[in-house]
Amino acid sequence: MAEAGTVDTHGAHDADHGHHEQSFVSKYIFSTDHKIIGMQYMFTGIVMALIGGYMSYAFRMQLAFPGESVPGYGVVSQGEYNALVTNHGTIMIFWVAMPMLIAAFGNYLIPLMIGADDMVFPRINRLSYQIFLISAIILIASFFVPGGGFGGAWTSYPPLSANAEYNLTPYGATFWLVAVALEFVAFLLGGINFITTLMNSRAPGMKMHDIPMVLWMIIIASILFMASVGPLIAGAIMLFMDQVVGTGFFDPDRGGDPVLWQHLFWFFGHPEVYVVLLPAMGIVAEIICTFARKKLFNYKLILYTAFATGIISFFVWAHHQFVAGIDPRMANVFTITTLIISIPIAEMLFLYIATLYGGSIRLTTPMLWALSFIAEFLIGGITGIFLGASGSDIYFHDTYFVLAHFHYTFFPIAIIGFFAGITYWFPKMFGRMMNEALGKIHFWGTIIAFNFIFIPLFILGAAGQHRRIYNFQNFPDLAGMQDLRVIATSALLVMLVFQAIFLFNFVYSLFKGKPAGKNPWKANTLEWTADSPPPHGNWPELPNCYRGPYEYSVPGREDDYWPQDVPPDTAPAE
Amino acid sequence: MTQGLYDFIKSIFAPLGDYLIGSSVPVGSSFAGDIDALIALVAVFVGFWALLAYAAFFFLIFRFRARDGQRAQYVTGEEKDLKRWITYPHAAIILCDLVIVFMAIMVWYDIKQRLPEPDSTIRIVAQQWAWNFVHPGPDNELDTDDDINTFNELHVQEGTTYHYELISKDVLHDFSVPVFRLKQDAIPGRVMKGWFKPTKAGEYDIQCAEMCGIGHGIMGARIVVETPEEHAAWMSQGSAGKVASR
Amino acid sequence: MSTMTRPIATTRSATGIPTGKLAVWWVIGSEIVIFGGLLASYVMFRLGHPEWAEYASHTNTWFGGANTFVLLTSSLFAVLAHHAAVHGDGKTAAKWLLGTCGGGLVFLCIKAVEWTGEIQHGYTITANGFWSFYYTAAGIHALHVIAGCIIMLIIAKQAWNGKELQRVELIGIYWHFVDIVWIFLFPLLYIAK
Repeated sequence: MAEAGTVDTHGAHDADHGHHEQSFVSKYIFSTDHKIIGMQYMFTGIVMALIGGYMSYAFRMQLAFPGESVPGYGVVSQGEYNALVTNHGTIMIFWVAMPMLIAAFGNYLIPLMIGADDMVFPRINRLSYQIFLISAIILIASFFVPGGGFGGAWTSYPPLSANAEYNLTPYGATFWLVAVALEFVAFLLGGINFITTLMNSRAPGMKMHDIPMVLWMIIIASILFMASVGPLIAGAIMLFMDQVVGTGFFDPDRGGDPVLWQHLFWFFGHPEVYVVLLPAMGIVAEIICTFARKKLFNYKLILYTAFATGIISFFVWAHHQFVAGIDPRMANVFTITTLIISIPIAEMLFLYIATLYGGSIRLTTPMLWALSFIAEFLIGGITGIFLGASGSDIYFHDTYFVLAHFHYTFFPIAIIGFFAGITYWFPKMFGRMMNEALGKIHFWGTIIAFNFIFIPLFILGAAGQHRRIYNFQNFPDLAGMQDLRVIATSALLVMLVFQAIFLFNFVYSLFKGKPAGKNPWKANTLEWTADSPPPHGNWPELPNCYRGPYEYSVPGREDDYWPQDVPPDTAPAE
Repeated sequence: MTQGLYDFIKSIFAPLGDYLIGSSVPVGSSFAGDIDALIALVAVFVGFWALLAYAAFFFLIFRFRARDGQRAQYVTGEEKDLKRWITYPHAAIILCDLVIVFMAIMVWYDIKQRLPEPDSTIRIVAQQWAWNFVHPGPDNELDTDDDINTFNELHVQEGTTYHYELISKDVLHDFSVPVFRLKQDAIPGRVMKGWFKPTKAGEYDIQCAEMCGIGHGIMGARIVVETPEEHAAWMSQGSAGKVASR
Repeated sequence: MSTMTRPIATTRSATGIPTGKLAVWWVIGSEIVIFGGLLASYVMFRLGHPEWAEYASHTNTWFGGANTFVLLTSSLFAVLAHHAAVHGDGKTAAKWLLGTCGGGLVFLCIKAVEWTGEIQHGYTITANGFWSFYYTAAGIHALHVIAGCIIMLIIAKQAWNGKELQRVELIGIYWHFVDIVWIFLFPLLYIAK
């Protein structure tokens, strides 16, 4: 059992499990406990987020003050600029968004929320993290090889990416590719545990519609990932062969086709954005229900929209390729499918907003994050329509409008989703409460600054500013809009400074936060019935499930919540 | 009939398009206004729904904020009278999408699926990291002795319908002219064809819109849209001294 | 970690399907998409490059056919291994699994001979697009054969000691999948000329 005041940053005591005491190394470094593995993913993700954030600092400073030495970096050369934007994007998607939302929260929550003692295959779980860590190390190593890091954009289109004569980063390009491929393998392995554990290891009595929405979202995301990444792995093998062995899969002089890569990439790339979106929406669902004291509005319909989004996501990919040389007639097909996919997502957002109706809403820090997700993602979603419509995409493609659009989707997903989840589940993970005041200050600083970064970028994009260009003073028609670039960079600096508040709050609360108890939020789902933090094995006796996850404010009951594990004929214990 | 419907809808949104985009980027081609109007249409539709959603969002947060002694309601979301708030907007959004799809396809067809009769054809050669432009010269035929080759500067005549042949010598590039609202990837091994008709004299940016390596950011060029007199004068100079200043 | 006891989670089965089987089907699902992507790309290329038919005519259908027979036989051995395991006979199951593995090794040897000959004739991986696909696709397949053999040996050892007999069926499912990939590769690379 966890003791109050114990400094236990990873939350695993195995005193109840019948083992002898494990060494630090086997308990924390080589652990097979899903909670530790989840934390390992989370901490790795945080470190990578700092690295990716540092990169954005460097290149935004270059954009605001071209040619000047960036404090803490130096002068950003043309080649370095390309490497910075390439790796910023790659890191944020593959080494921040995916590990934090899917691997960290998925690993931590799935067994706890279904009433299991661990994942079904703990050693495969550990292996998946180890491969993931190796992939992160390989990516970081790519910055230190001769020629430096890969600079061909996160989309890595050949022939640029296939041929060192073109990209001038012979080792960086291959290190990058291998790192990404290994990351894919790590997540495929992780998916094994998610699907089998959720399907098979549920508590007795937990039916499909009793599963918390966040777990459904994580599973659908895993399935989407698994079903879409294969062609890109095939493509990555081919690109690797082009780079290292000298084949010509993508070399037009040798009968190859550069556009094939694009199809393979985006066939995965589009479902991938839903792979990260759905878990974030799942986290938001849990938080809204807890702090509005409300059932999720039409659980089944939300689930259907998630499935619909997932299925349709396989049919929209070429909207990234409207002007890339595909048959122009195909563009019309993809415009139609892309506009279609906006419908279930819009419906999902409406259902979330409807969940607020009739609620008793408390604006705690997690709730602020969850609500801001909806507000900010809405902008991301609607600006996507401009891009999904082929006619307007001719103008907006490869401009900062696209960039602002996907930051208004990815930032809510990866960053807001992470902060929502961590402020909500921190008490469970570490047995202590985070500081509310600091949490709110961090929230407002981050959100306000975020908007001041990207609204100027919408304006710049609409004025014709293109992406991946290191100095807009080279373009007479764009040079005069430098003020907007300075605003965006300044806002980024503000936002980065505010993250110090979060880091301080996090570390401080680990040691000095108020003891949380089992269920500080008075929530229903099963993880709140375990100790905070849960021991190895999670409960001395695994719970049963008697009802759905959102039985809040049930009429006729004294308490406004009804945990899933409480048998029906007794009043809920205090 | 579809053309008539398109023209009608476009005329409603054209002024807003002029304001949203045209005010910062000149309307420089025959189809630039079409794209601007489409952008304005989408902006109005999504803006409407966004405002509605935000209004509901903030209203509900305020109206149902936690208050002492007041309990939340138990709502499953399957109640017919409440579900209507989802299903009606759902249907209305589908209608909006139909309009957007129709207008987008019309614009796309005009720019990318058809090739009107050209008055002239030019060749655009993209490479790491510069643009070569081949103008047909006074005989208006490419690949003849009087062709005019320029480096990073394209000269075209106002009011003339051009076909372009876009090629790349090495990696992917993209010929992008914001004032035309035009963009097309250049793919090595292929000749990409398209068209444009400049409508406003002046000198404007050409940008490369596909990451092409270290020099991607210095691959800007200029397009010089000339009146017929200016263009004739420029052409009579021949190939001599045709290197741009950038 | 030998001190780790199996979680209760592993033994539950809310769906009625054993978790090991769910896991193997998930792995196979992901492999289907990988090979599917690779082979679909090959088909696209092949359709767009009629000259590849001439290149493909230099593959040796006899070698390919022999390997097909070898793999099918090895799959039969895997079925017999499963049969033994179902009846609790770990030692017989292990023997049949060794046979399956042996089939895999024979497959790899035939491949080695075949490829040596082709490379000596100048049909290398960089010769042209067809041969690039030929070596890449068959090479990735061969890697899966090797991986399957290694896992099979581990499971055979466990079965010999009467342990984890349910895994005999699981590695058998994986092996059948490896076989099926070859059943697709064979006509695409050897027969379509």
